[in-house]
Amino acid sequence: MSDSEINTAANFAPPPTEQSDTPVLSAVDGVMGLVGGFFGWFGNLGIFSWRALKAAVTPPYEWSEFVRQLDEVGSKSFPLVVLAGAAIGVIISLEARYSLSRFGAKSMFPATLVYSVIQVMGPIITGLVVCGRVGAGIGAELASMKVSEQIDAIEVSAVNPYRLLAATRILACILMLPLLTVAADASGLLTGWFAQAMVEPLSFHQFISSGFSGATFNAFLPPTFKTMVYGLIIGVVACYTGMSTRGGAEGVGRAATNSVVLGSLFLILADVVLVKFILVVFP
Amino acid sequence: MITTLDVAMKQTEADKGHAVPVVAVEKLEKTFGTLRVLDGLTLSVNRGETLAVLGRSGTGKSVLLRIVIGLETPDSGSVRLQGQDIAGLGMDQMSAIRMKMGFLFQHAALYDSLTVGENVAFPLEHHRRDLSRNDRADRVRQLLAEVGMERAIDKMPSDISGGMQKRVGLARALALDPEILLLDEPTAGLDPISSGEIDELILKLQREHHMASIVVTHDLHSARTIANRLALLDKGKVVAEGEFEDLQQSDIAFVKEFLKQS
Repeated sequence: MSDSEINTAANFAPPPTEQSDTPVLSAVDGVMGLVGGFFGWFGNLGIFSWRALKAAVTPPYEWSEFVRQLDEVGSKSFPLVVLAGAAIGVIISLEARYSLSRFGAKSMFPATLVYSVIQVMGPIITGLVVCGRVGAGIGAELASMKVSEQIDAIEVSAVNPYRLLAATRILACILMLPLLTVAADASGLLTGWFAQAMVEPLSFHQFISSGFSGATFNAFLPPTFKTMVYGLIIGVVACYTGMSTRGGAEGVGRAATNSVVLGSLFLILADVVLVKFILVVFP
Repeated sequence: MITTLDVAMKQTEADKGHAVPVVAVEKLEKTFGTLRVLDGLTLSVNRGETLAVLGRSGTGKSVLLRIVIGLETPDSGSVRLQGQDIAGLGMDQMSAIRMKMGFLFQHAALYDSLTVGENVAFPLEHHRRDLSRNDRADRVRQLLAEVGMERAIDKMPSDISGGMQKRVGLARALALDPEILLLDEPTAGLDPISSGEIDELILKLQREHHMASIVVTHDLHSARTIANRLALLDKGKVVAEGEFEDLQQSDIAFVKEFLKQS
C-alpha cells in the first residue's frame, strides 16, 4: 500500500468497536457520528470559504484565470440559460392564460407573465441550470485535479490554489449569474408573449407597456441581484466539494454529483430567505 | 554510464556542504487515524548533498517529503529549511520558501489541460514576471533541453509516456532554480533503461545545480547511483544512515534483510 493510500484509508478508517457496546449504544454512536459529520462538514466549508475570501482580496490577482472563468461560466452557459428561459416563458404563458381566463382577468396576463418571470422563475431557473452545468463542471474538474495531485503541484509551485482555482471561479459565478438571469428573463418574456400572441393578437409594444406599467425598480432589480448569492453558493459548494475530494474516480463522480445536489438544495433554501428579505427591505 | 569520476565528484560536492543543514527534520511524528506513520524521525541534508530515503512500501517516505514541503502538518517535531522553522507558517509565507524548492511527484502531477511547455512555464509565469515573454519561453526551452524533452514542448501530458512525464516534471521542478529538490520515487513504474536514464539525469542536474536533495525511493540500485548518503526507514524511524558500504556493515536485522532482498 503506498503512502498516499495509507493517508486515504487511515483517515476514513472506522474507530474500533468495543466488544461491550450494546446495540443501543452503537446506534447512539452512529447518530452522534452523523451529527458530528454534519457539523464538521459545515465547519470545513466555513474554513474553506474564509481561505478563498482571503485569497480573493490579497494580491497577486489571477486576472487571466478570472477572465477565462468568466467565459466558462458566462458565455458557455448563455445558450442553455436562454433556452431554459424560453421554455419557462411558454409554460407560464400557457398556464397563466388558462388560470386568468377562468377568473375573467385576461387583461392581467402581461403583468402576470412579467412579474412571474422576472421576480420568481427567471432567477431560480437560471440558478438551477447554472448549478447543474457549472457546478458539476467545477466540481469534477477540481476533484480530478485533486486526486491526480495537480492541486498539490500548484501549491508546491508557490502559487496559492485558493487564489488561482477557487477565488476566480467563485467571483466569476457571482458576477455572471445576474447577467445570465437577465438573458433568461428576456428570453422568457419574448417566448411568453409569442405564445400568447399566437392565440390572441397582442403587439409586443402593448405587452411590454401593460406588463411593466406601474412597475418600479424595486420590483425587478432585487430579484435579479439576489442571483449573486446564488452564484456565491454555486461557486463555493462546487469548489469545496472538488478541492476536498478523496477516493480516485469514484471520488470525482461523487464530487460532481454533490456539487449539483448540494448546490441546488442550498440555492433553494437560500431563496426562501432572500425572498422574505427582499419583501421586507424593498416593499 | 556512471563512472568512478561521477562518484568522486558526488563526494567532493557533499564535503563542500555548509555547516548548517539546508534541510533539518527533527523527531517528526505523524499519525493517520490509528496508523502511526512517522515515529520520531530525524535526519538532515546539507547543500550539494543527496540523501536517499529508503524503506518498505507504506513506511511514510512520501509523507516525509510532503511534510518537508508543507503539504502535510506533523503531529509533533520540527522541520527547518535553511534554518527557518516552517511550523505555523501561513500559505503565503510558505510560498516564499517554496520558491526555493522543487518537488517531483511520483506520478509527475502535470497539469493535464496545459501543454508540456505550458507546464514548465507555469512557475515562471507566476514568479518571473520580470522576464519578458521571450525570455520565459527561452528558459522553458532550455529546461526542456536539459531533460531531453524539447521536442515535446507542444504536446499534451496524455500524449507522452510516464518516463517522459517525469522528465517534464523534473524540468518544472527546476524552473525557479531551487536550492532544495525533493523527488518522490523518481524511477517508480519505469523500465530499467528508463530508470537508468532518470538516474543519470538527476546526477547531471545535481552536478550543475548543487542543490540539497532528498530522494524517496525503494530502488536500492537507483539510490546507490544518485545519493551521497542513504537513510533506511522502518516503523517511522531512521534505523540506519550512511553510505551504502556503512549500511552493509550494519548488524540490524531489518537492514540486512532489506539489502539482501533489494
